[in-house]
Amino acid sequence: MGLRVLAVDDEADFIETLVKRFTYRQIPVTAAGNGPDALALMEREPFDVVILDMRMPGMDGLAVLQEIKKRHPLVEVIILTGHASVESGMQGMSLGAYDYVLKPVDFGELLEKAKKAYERKKLNESRADA
Amino acid sequence: MIQDELSRLRLKLIAVTLAFSFIPLLSLGLGLYAKFYDTYTEKIYGNLRNLADNKKVTIDLFLTERVAQLSNLALTESYADLAGDAYLERIFGVLQLHSKSFLDLQVIDQNGICVSYVGPYQLRGIDYSREDWFRTVMAKGIHISDVFMGFRKYPHFNIAVSRREGDKTWVLRAAIDSDIFDSLVRTVQLGKSGDAFLLNAQHVLQTKPRFGHDMFDTVPFPDIPRFSGTRVDELTIGGEVSLYAMTWLNLKDWLLVIKDDPGEELLPLYRARWLLILLLCGGGTLIVIGAVFIANGTVRELIRAEREKATLDASLTQSSKMAALGKLAAGVAHEVNNPLAIIMEKAGWMRDLLSEEDIKASPNFQEFADAVAKIEFHVRRAKDVTHRLLGFARRMEPTQENLDVNLLLEQTRSFLENEANFRGIAFVRDYQSDLPHIESDASQLQQVFLNILDNAIDAIDKNGSITIATRKLPDTPEVEIAIADTGNGIPRETLEKIFDPFFTTKKVGEGTGLGLTISYSIIEKLGGRIQVASEEGKGTTFRITLPVAS
Repeated sequence: MGLRVLAVDDEADFIETLVKRFTYRQIPVTAAGNGPDALALMEREPFDVVILDMRMPGMDGLAVLQEIKKRHPLVEVIILTGHASVESGMQGMSLGAYDYVLKPVDFGELLEKAKKAYERKKLNESRADA
Repeated sequence: MIQDELSRLRLKLIAVTLAFSFIPLLSLGLGLYAKFYDTYTEKIYGNLRNLADNKKVTIDLFLTERVAQLSNLALTESYADLAGDAYLERIFGVLQLHSKSFLDLQVIDQNGICVSYVGPYQLRGIDYSREDWFRTVMAKGIHISDVFMGFRKYPHFNIAVSRREGDKTWVLRAAIDSDIFDSLVRTVQLGKSGDAFLLNAQHVLQTKPRFGHDMFDTVPFPDIPRFSGTRVDELTIGGEVSLYAMTWLNLKDWLLVIKDDPGEELLPLYRARWLLILLLCGGGTLIVIGAVFIANGTVRELIRAEREKATLDASLTQSSKMAALGKLAAGVAHEVNNPLAIIMEKAGWMRDLLSEEDIKASPNFQEFADAVAKIEFHVRRAKDVTHRLLGFARRMEPTQENLDVNLLLEQTRSFLENEANFRGIAFVRDYQSDLPHIESDASQLQQVFLNILDNAIDAIDKNGSITIATRKLPDTPEVEIAIADTGNGIPRETLEKIFDPFFTTKKVGEGTGLGLTISYSIIEKLGGRIQVASEEGKGTTFRITLPVAS
């Protein structure tokens, strides 16, 4: 069972390209345009890592993050932010996010972080099982 | 402009102070002087008047007595008795017993012929019928002559009284020594230049005055009509101002004049006047000095307050400008970041696709690859800018560590040592060895120091020196870090904009124009101040003040 990614961002062009690039690397990825959609998707199928934009209309990234951590504590979240970023990134970290990446993002860096997050999830799962 | 206003204010202050001080001072001084003057002159006038009154009474009494003696004689003795020289001589002897002033005595009949005479001359038989005085005495019953020399060559005057006896009228006439007036008048106790004399109606002197004129001189005296009582006036006679007390005698139209020198009498008054003027001048000088002193002090205080306000305004303007710019920068950065992210991803996707075999075979493969690389490079450049902007705008709580500023500066400097050596730039270090530690954020401070030192090196370009000095400020609990370079300096217009975001003098691509903006916001967040001073051609000095650890 490989890494399964859920990418959440309201910028359609961005998310579309991200999906293409993950798919190109044979990593299964699903896109969601907003928080509620993402949460609904997570109810239906399992994901390992969620790439989550902070600023979205309606439910914002932090609220989605809190919800994810409540419902799926083992899923790792990487925060994606373009705004007064370090602050909200740190806030996200304190709410249980694995890491944060500043927009515009370097795909290699993002991929690296996603892989590391997946490893941690595995580690946590095995600990939880034990 | 403001200078004009201040000097006008200064003058106004001086004028108001002077007005409010001088008006009471002058009114008090002049009022007192006027009161004193009135009282004093009244006293002097009063004295003179009394003197004149007394003398007048004495002289009148003398004349009255002489007239009474003669009248008594005329009334008690008969013409028949008195017409005999022997009897008249006896009577004259009795008269002289009372008063030595009588010089002679004669009896004149109705026709003006002297019928009997006692005295040093032989006057019997002389006809007086044509004389004015004879006619007067026959008509009015009494006549007192002016003083004259006569053939006696001795000043004297005559008193004649007439007596009606039956159907005949006869006259008793006596010559009286007028020395008595001289002595009476001269006994007036006066100052050095005071004088007293009798004048007849024609202003002819009847006594010898102490000064100037002789007896019988006509004095240039204004015509004084007869009045009752005593008058004291200040008159100018012969170009000389004097005080004159004047009174007409009751029995004779003689004017008793007592002259006094006002200069002498009023000397205490003049002294008081000089004292007053001196006091006014002294007080006035003090007031003027005081007014100028107060006005200058006030204006100086105003200027100081104005300067402080201007400095405060400037720093408030600067910090509110920075805050507004921070918000703007954050907004712009965020808005730009999203499209940048998409461009980055699209370029990445293109790079992914370029690794496919069929595209690699395309003749334009290299062109595509280059284009993608350039896009990625320039997106990264843009990202640098937006991230630095966000860094400038972010409100992260700075950490608080106990710091040795000297040590931190030394570390920062060492980063740039190679670069400086290479360019022939020397560091001059002037650290205060016992500099108190501060509570601050080391990495943020280091960023600021690095930025300023880097700018200094760029400003010098080649061969020069950078002086780094630290000291504890004497008056406030702050340390100051001064970094001075020997570069070209910054023009005045540029100096104002030096902390503005994106303001740079470097070539495109070499600087973002955010270094000093970020430095400014960091220092402000750390509770300090950053200031710059520059002189074109000489160099630039940055001064950073930071609070000492409490």
